[in-house]
Amino acid sequence: MSSNPETKTPPSNRVGLTVKEYGGSKSTLCVGCGHDVITRQITQALYEMSIPPHKVAKLSGIGCSSKTTAYFADRGHGFNAVHGRMPAVATGAMMVNPSLVAVGVSGDGDTASIGAGQFVHLLRRNVPMVYIVENNGVYGLTKGQFSATADAGSRLKTGAVNDLPAIDLCAMAIELGCGYVARSFSGDMKQLVALLKGALAHRGTALVDVISPCVTFNNHDSSTKSYKWAKDHEIPIHEIGFIPYYEEIAVEYDPGTTQDVALHDGSHIRLRKLREDYDPTNKGQALALCQEAQEKTEFLTGLIYVEPRKKDFLELSGAGAAPIVEMADAKLRPPKSALDEIMAALK
Amino acid sequence: MSTAVLDEKRPETTGRAPVINDFSIHVATANGSGSQSSNNILMRSIFQMGIPVSGKNLFPSNIQGLPTWFTIRASKEGFIARRRDVGVLICMNPETAHEDVKTVAPGAAVIYEESLKLDTLRQDVVFYPVPFQKLVLELVHDGKLRRLAINMIYVGVAAWLLGVDMAEVEKAVAKQFKSKATAVEINMKAIRGGLEWAEKNLTKRDPFRLERMNKTAGKIIIEGNAASAIGCMMAGVQFLAWYPITPSSSLAEALIDYAGKYRVDPETGKSTFSVVQAEDELAALGMVLGAGWAGARAMTTTSGPGISLMSEFTGLGYYAEVPAVIVDVQRVGPSTGLPTRTMQGDIMSTYNLSHGDARHILLIPGSVEECYTMAMDSFDLAERFQTPVFLMTDLDLGMNNWMADPFPFRDRPLDRGKVLKTKEELDAHVAKFREFARYRDVDGDGIPWRTLPGFIDNPAATYFTRGSGHNERAQYTERPDDYKNNMDRLARKLETAKKFVPRPVVSKAEGAKVGIIAYGSSDFAVEEARVILGRKGLPTGYLRLRALPFTPETAAFVAAHDRVYVIDQNRDGQMYDLLRLELGADALKLRSIRHYDGFPLDAETVLEGIEAGEKR
Repeated sequence: MSSNPETKTPPSNRVGLTVKEYGGSKSTLCVGCGHDVITRQITQALYEMSIPPHKVAKLSGIGCSSKTTAYFADRGHGFNAVHGRMPAVATGAMMVNPSLVAVGVSGDGDTASIGAGQFVHLLRRNVPMVYIVENNGVYGLTKGQFSATADAGSRLKTGAVNDLPAIDLCAMAIELGCGYVARSFSGDMKQLVALLKGALAHRGTALVDVISPCVTFNNHDSSTKSYKWAKDHEIPIHEIGFIPYYEEIAVEYDPGTTQDVALHDGSHIRLRKLREDYDPTNKGQALALCQEAQEKTEFLTGLIYVEPRKKDFLELSGAGAAPIVEMADAKLRPPKSALDEIMAALK
Repeated sequence: MSTAVLDEKRPETTGRAPVINDFSIHVATANGSGSQSSNNILMRSIFQMGIPVSGKNLFPSNIQGLPTWFTIRASKEGFIARRRDVGVLICMNPETAHEDVKTVAPGAAVIYEESLKLDTLRQDVVFYPVPFQKLVLELVHDGKLRRLAINMIYVGVAAWLLGVDMAEVEKAVAKQFKSKATAVEINMKAIRGGLEWAEKNLTKRDPFRLERMNKTAGKIIIEGNAASAIGCMMAGVQFLAWYPITPSSSLAEALIDYAGKYRVDPETGKSTFSVVQAEDELAALGMVLGAGWAGARAMTTTSGPGISLMSEFTGLGYYAEVPAVIVDVQRVGPSTGLPTRTMQGDIMSTYNLSHGDARHILLIPGSVEECYTMAMDSFDLAERFQTPVFLMTDLDLGMNNWMADPFPFRDRPLDRGKVLKTKEELDAHVAKFREFARYRDVDGDGIPWRTLPGFIDNPAATYFTRGSGHNERAQYTERPDDYKNNMDRLARKLETAKKFVPRPVVSKAEGAKVGIIAYGSSDFAVEEARVILGRKGLPTGYLRLRALPFTPETAAFVAAHDRVYVIDQNRDGQMYDLLRLELGADALKLRSIRHYDGFPLDAETVLEGIEAGEKR
């Protein structure tokens, strides 16, 4: 993992670390893989947000995408789970230690097929975590079968045609009450890093569905998940700027052309409208947008839906502020008088 | 009303020796008719008279309408296994009444709803027709309560017939309805009504009687699932993820109830225990592994079908070395099987649960006390060995009522295993072993050290958890030597576990050539069978397994006997097969007795199996 030479950010962040110190081991993915670009943006976002790297919990399932958690933040712990089951592992970890910053990386096979059930329930619970889907429409590690996000009519290299409609993960997430739903493209680094920072600032599950072309199995002309297709068809719904909680908001904005969204941690997202009258805090509009995009095979990117005030799973469960995992044994063990009381009632 | 008066009026049994405190009462009702309260009151009243009892619920997979039976066994000798022959039958279910009457032993007493006209079915039993339907109309004015109260009337009739002390009945009713005055009053009225009717209208002609003893003083009555739940709570469980499945649901629910009362931080008023009802068993174990990885004492509860679904995550837990406690309340399989009937069905599959090579630690409680102690042990072992540990109970133990001594408080420190939680601990470890390597065996016992996510701000503390091939430093590898080294260390770890798991309980008999090996809920029937065999002149040695992997006592026990009968509550002799693999040449001494009809094991099955074997 190398630092991004283009970056204009200072050499060290608010916790005194350089971007290099958010790196991980060397990628073993194919040269040119979209996932590696996403890895760099995750690294950058963690760095810019000054997340203490030892607090980062990297979680993944199985597939090319799921390998990438080894390629960033190796000062944090990682857990590469079984196929499609990362949400459960993340849920367990966050329930007992919500002081962790959970970053989940999954793929379209891992999320939309084998893990669809767990994905649905993660969203329903609103477990606090960033959930990134590196979406390329194919199973890479098993050599190029269609996944459930492949568009109807798109073709494999072999010429096989996908007959089934795509599952739109963003529409699904909005429907299930996810409070931060974004779509991006691994080729649009500026937008992606802003969306990732917003996701880290959000409380609850933040979904970032990133179209990330597979250079080996799905980058041909008849694919709707190729670099060329994505570059030619990407339509950002707004220009997105991110103002972290620690920066003063200096620039005024025109509410007619720009929308400001205050996130949970005090950060702000500034959206300069490119699509007239689109309001990403309006659930109905967001769902209609997804439906329209799917009908027209449009590739719309940006923060599709945001509701920053939703309660997360820990709040909904009535959990206290102190992580359960940090409690001393003495606090976890009822005294003898408790057992005596239980036994007396059974006599 | 005093029982002394009743006793005078009750005629002595004619022509037959009285059977005192040694028979079974079988109550046949329809599911959902509210008979559970009546049966509990009857059982508790007998228990409070100092007579050892056990209660078994034989129920269908149904909420309302299908037949259900409750058996109360009174045993002056303290035998609490299921008893095959029925002494007293209470027929409240017209659907099964004819069949029920046919199954009782000759000489049994049959209490039944008069209109069913059962008395023509057999000549060799004593019939007591009772007009329950008429009585309930007289005794209970609220029509909505009659369906439930009718069951209280049989409590009164049985109390008169068997000599149950009414003072104890009153106490049991107060306990059952937690002293809710109206409920106590209505139900006591129905019970008294039944008793008074019986006193006026019946003449006792059967030999069954209950007389006060002093064998239950200080004892408790509890279901195994509640016992396991108390153990988990006392062991400091921090996280439960579960998916409802019979017969384990009541364990999770009992734990949630108890923790709601006893696991609240007095300073914050917040729970020190977190619970998620998962979307399925796959997710349940996934959450447990996530929580265990993060450093919490984490558990799930399930039964056979859930165990199947947990197979993949169990393998991950084994290879990635993440602590987890899985309680398997076993039931009859496969698939939906007979979900409300008991079986020791998952021994073989759970021992090897996973893909690839895997062997797990299984704890097998043989009583409600052990459900409690082994629930605590399972957390210590899971964290000590950083691996999924299975607590293997079954429906008979888990959902039936067992008499026991109050559980002892355990105050020794929890074993949280080899965890580096602070910077100081990490520094000391690095000073001693040069570096922290997650999967390196620095102590020679196969157990590596671990760190927890988010605890130590130092790059040297972190590692990457994965099920796939990894070297000692938790780095991805497919090198043959790395893989093999790791597998050999895991085998070494299981070898170490043999020194930590609960040892078998061995009971020797002078001059015994015949041995018995059993486990789990079979213990009660085996102990009873041994007493009977002893009286018949066949002393037997007995080894009760309490864990897998096997420990050296087992081979020594087999070596010391000529023939060893292995008791399994499954068709295939699962433990018998595991023992044969374990024992080498001595495996030839093993004989298999298998019980697999869904009912709890009874002493007769063990007795008949051994006697048939000895005649060979």
